[in-house]
Amino acid sequence: MTISVNGVEAMLPSDPRVSLLDLLREQLGLSGTKKGCDQGACGACTVLVDGERILSCLALAVQYDGRSVTTIEGLGTAECPHPLQSAFIAHDGFQCGYCTPGQICSAMGMIEEVRRGTPSHVTSDITAEVIPFSRDEVRERMSGNLCRCGAHNGIVDAIATLLPEAAE
Amino acid sequence: MSIIEDTKQLVQGAVMAGMSKAIALAPDRWIPGGTPDPLISHRHGHIGRPTTRIDGPLKVAGAAPFAAEFPMEGMVYAALANSTIAKGRIVELDTRTAEEAPGVIAVMTHRNAPRLSPPPAFMSSPKAAGGDSLPVMQDASIHWNGEPVAVVIAQTQEQANHARSLVRVTYEAEPAITSLGAAKARGSRTAMFMGQPLHDEVGDADAALAASAVNVDASYSTPRHNHNAIELHGVTVAWQDGVLRIHDASQLVAHEAWTLAQMFGIDEDKVVVTSPFVGGGFGGKCLWQHQVLAAAASRMVGRPVRLVLSREDVYRLVGGRSNTEQRVALGADPDGRIKAIIHEGVTPKTAFNAMPEPFILPTRSAYASETIKLDVQAVELDMLSNTFMRAPGESVGTFALESALDELAHKLDMDPIELRIRNEPEKDPTNGLPFSSRHIVEAWRAGAERFGWSARKPASGTVRDGEWLVGMGCATATYPYYRMPGGAARITLTREGHATVDIAAHEMGMGTATTHTMVAAERLGLPLEAVTFNYGDSTLPGVVLAGGSQQTASIGASVIAAHRALVKELLKLAGNDSPLAGLKPDEVGGTDCGLCKLDDPALYESYASILGRAQRVSVCVEASPSAPMEIMHWSMHSHGAMFCEVRVHAVTGEVRVSRFLGSFDCGRILNPKTAGSQFRGGIIMGLGLALMEETRFDERSGRIVNPSLSEYHVPVHMDVPEIDVIWTDIPDPHAPMGARGIGEIGITGTAAAVANAVFNATGKRVRDLPITLDKLM
Repeated sequence: MTISVNGVEAMLPSDPRVSLLDLLREQLGLSGTKKGCDQGACGACTVLVDGERILSCLALAVQYDGRSVTTIEGLGTAECPHPLQSAFIAHDGFQCGYCTPGQICSAMGMIEEVRRGTPSHVTSDITAEVIPFSRDEVRERMSGNLCRCGAHNGIVDAIATLLPEAAE
Repeated sequence: MSIIEDTKQLVQGAVMAGMSKAIALAPDRWIPGGTPDPLISHRHGHIGRPTTRIDGPLKVAGAAPFAAEFPMEGMVYAALANSTIAKGRIVELDTRTAEEAPGVIAVMTHRNAPRLSPPPAFMSSPKAAGGDSLPVMQDASIHWNGEPVAVVIAQTQEQANHARSLVRVTYEAEPAITSLGAAKARGSRTAMFMGQPLHDEVGDADAALAASAVNVDASYSTPRHNHNAIELHGVTVAWQDGVLRIHDASQLVAHEAWTLAQMFGIDEDKVVVTSPFVGGGFGGKCLWQHQVLAAAASRMVGRPVRLVLSREDVYRLVGGRSNTEQRVALGADPDGRIKAIIHEGVTPKTAFNAMPEPFILPTRSAYASETIKLDVQAVELDMLSNTFMRAPGESVGTFALESALDELAHKLDMDPIELRIRNEPEKDPTNGLPFSSRHIVEAWRAGAERFGWSARKPASGTVRDGEWLVGMGCATATYPYYRMPGGAARITLTREGHATVDIAAHEMGMGTATTHTMVAAERLGLPLEAVTFNYGDSTLPGVVLAGGSQQTASIGASVIAAHRALVKELLKLAGNDSPLAGLKPDEVGGTDCGLCKLDDPALYESYASILGRAQRVSVCVEASPSAPMEIMHWSMHSHGAMFCEVRVHAVTGEVRVSRFLGSFDCGRILNPKTAGSQFRGGIIMGLGLALMEETRFDERSGRIVNPSLSEYHVPVHMDVPEIDVIWTDIPDPHAPMGARGIGEIGITGTAAAVANAVFNATGKRVRDLPITLDKLM
C-alpha cells in the first residue's frame, strides 16, 4: 500500500482513520497543505490527485493506494516557484498566507476543469464544448476556497495571468 | 468584572481623566509627535513605494511554518471534551474507558490537572492576556456551554479524537442566564471600557431632539460574530529544562508569555512564545484556554504536545463579537445641521471579562452637534466570554450611526454626502480636543467623483435592470489612532552596514515584516536587503499588541526611540575626527549607509567608517518610546468614505454587491501594496457583516448552534466584486511616519453603505443585520 506524493513513494498509514490531509501534515512532514476546518467547508486542504483537485481532509489516506498526489510543495518552491505562485506574490493574492496553498492547488485543478469543458453555475451555455473564461467563471469555481483576509481580488488577478482569455 | 474591579477601574479612570486634562493643555512640543517624525518629509525613498511582501515566497510555497507545524521529538496529540451545559457542576466524570483506549497516554481533568492560578484578564493589567479571568480546569464548576472538561493525550490525533468521544460526563445544571431578555430583566450597568465609562453627555440631547425640526429615531441590531481566521487555533508546546516553549498563533506574544508565567507560577523569562506566522487573527488569536491546557497537558505527561482545535472547538473556546441592540436618534434643523445625537443601547458580556462591545466609540468624534448623549449598558450572560473582533465598537456602531444618517438625509431630502460634510466638526465634539489631521471631506469628494455618485437617483426603487433593482449607498468609515504603552525595540548595526531590528511584534498578514523593513531601511538610510526585521518572539523587546490598529504606531515609535539612541551612540563613537563632530542627535539622520546632517547632507560619514575608526564590529541599542500622550492631546482618527452599489433581486430578495469603493484618509500610506490589501480585506469582512455573518446562539441552552464554516457564512469569491480603494495620503504630523493604523477601518461603515444602497435600490430599510433575503422579500 503506497501512495506517490510529489513523485516520492510513501507508505500508507496502518490506521484507516488517517485522512490524506493528516498523512501529509503529520506523517510526511508536508505541512504546506493546510487544515482550516477538517470538514470540507474551507478548501485550505486542497491537493491534486492525478491532476484533479480534492479536499484532502475528506479523503481517507488508505483510499488513495497507488494514486499520485501533488501538493503545494510539488508545484514549486520558494526559490523556484511555479508561475502561478509567482503571480500570487505579484498580485498580493494573500495576506496571512494560510489559505494560499489551497487556493493555488485549487486554481491548478480548476483551470483543467474549464479546459475540459466542465460547465459551472455561471456558464451561460452548458452545452458549449469550449467554455469562455471570465472572471466570474474563476470566482464561481474558486468559491469553495475561503479566504478570510479578503485577498479575493488579488487571487482572481493572479489566476487570470495564467488565462489570457480571462483578462477583461 | 466585580464591583471592586469596576471601582478600581473608575478610580484609574478618574486619575486618567485628570491626567488627560493636563496633557490636553500641555504645549505641543512636550507631546510625542509634537515634532513631526523626520521621515514624513522623505518623499522618494522606500516609504510609499508599492513593495511586494518579503515573506511571499515562503507563503506561496507552503513553507511558512505556522504554529501547529513545528516538529518536536516525541510529540503527542491532544483532543478536548467540552461541557454541554451552560452552568453548573460536573458530578461524574468517567474517563476510564478513554484511558484504556489504544494509544491514550493520559486524560487530564480538573481532578489531575496541574494547579494553576487564574489568568489575569486582558486590560486588567498592562501585560494581561486572558480572554477571561476564569480558572482553567481547576474544579468541577461549569461557566459556559462548551467549556473544556477533559483533555485526552494520545500517540496520534486519531486516537485522541476517538478517546475523547469515550469520556462520560454527568452534570448538575444550575439556572443559567442565556437570553438577552432575561439578562436585561435583571438590570444592566453602564459599561466600562479601558477604565472609562462608555457614557458621554454634551448638553441636553433629549431636549434638543424634541425641539428639532426634523428627526429620526430608530433601533438597530447586530448579531454575534466569530473571527473565523482560516488557520485553526493550534499550539505545539514543550517544557524544556524548566522553560515552557510555545509555538502559537498569537497577536500578543509578550502578554501571553507573562500571563502564562503568572498562571504556572514561574518567572516570565521561563515562558517563550514564538509566532512567526499567524494564519489570520482579527482579534481572535489571543490567549484562551487551549494554550493553557496544552501546556498543562505537556507538563503532566512530560512530552511535547500538539493541540489543534477543531473548527467547532474554536467556537466553543475562543470568544467572538457580542450582539448589540442600539438606538440612534438624530435631530436636525431644516437645512441639515445636526442639533442632537443620541446613540445608546445594550450588549451582553460575562462576569469574567472586561469587554463590552463599545458601539458608541465611532459617534464620539463623528459629527458637530451641540448636544450628544452616548451610552452603552452591559448585561451579563452565562456564556463564553466575548472579545474584540476587527474594529470592536466601530464595526457595528457605524452600522447604526451611518444608517441613521442616511435616514436623516432621506427625511431632509438631502444628498447624504452633503449632509455629512455639512456636519463636519471643527474640533472633537465630545472632548473638545483639536484633530491631529482630518481630511474626510477630501476623501468624500475624491470618492464621489471616482464612484460616479452623481449618477445616483435619490428616489429609492427607481433603477431597474431586468429583474434586479439597483441602488447606491454611502457611509463614513472611522477608526481611531491608538498607541498602547509598552513598546520597545532593539537595533543592531554592523560595520558592514547591516541592521537588525528586534521587536516582539506580529505578522498576521498585515504586511508588518515588509512594511517595517521598509520603514527601518528608510530611517537608517539602508537598502531593504540590508535590514532584517525580527518579530513574533516573546524574548524580543517590547510588549506590543497586534490589535486596535496600533501595531504600526507602536513599532514606529519604538524604532524612532531606538534609532535616536543609535544615532547618539554613533555620534559618540564618531568623535571629533568625524565630519559629524559636534552635531546633536536631532540634527542627524540616516542616509546612504551612513549619517548626515539633516539640513546639510554634505556633512556625512558612513556607518562602516564610524564603526571602523572606533574599532567596533557592531553597535547595539535598545529603547522605549515615551507614553502615548499624543492620544490625549489631539483627537486622532482615520476616516473613510465608503461607496456601495448593490443589485437586489426583485423576486428572491437576493443581494449582490456589484461595486464598492473605499476612499480613505488614514495619514500616510507606508506600503500601498499591502495597505490596499488591508483595506480590501476589511471591506470584504464588512460585506460579510452586512449580508451573511451571524453566530447563532441558542438562548435556551447557551450553545452556539452553527459552529462551522458551512453554517457560518463568510464572503466567498463569488460574493466579492472588484473592490476599489483610494486614499488621501496626507501625513498625520503627529503620528510616527505620519501614518495612522489601517487594519480595522475597512470593516467600519461598510455594512451601513450596503444597507443604505439596499434602501436606495428597494425602499426597504433593514435595521437588523445581516441583510438576508427573507428581510427583503
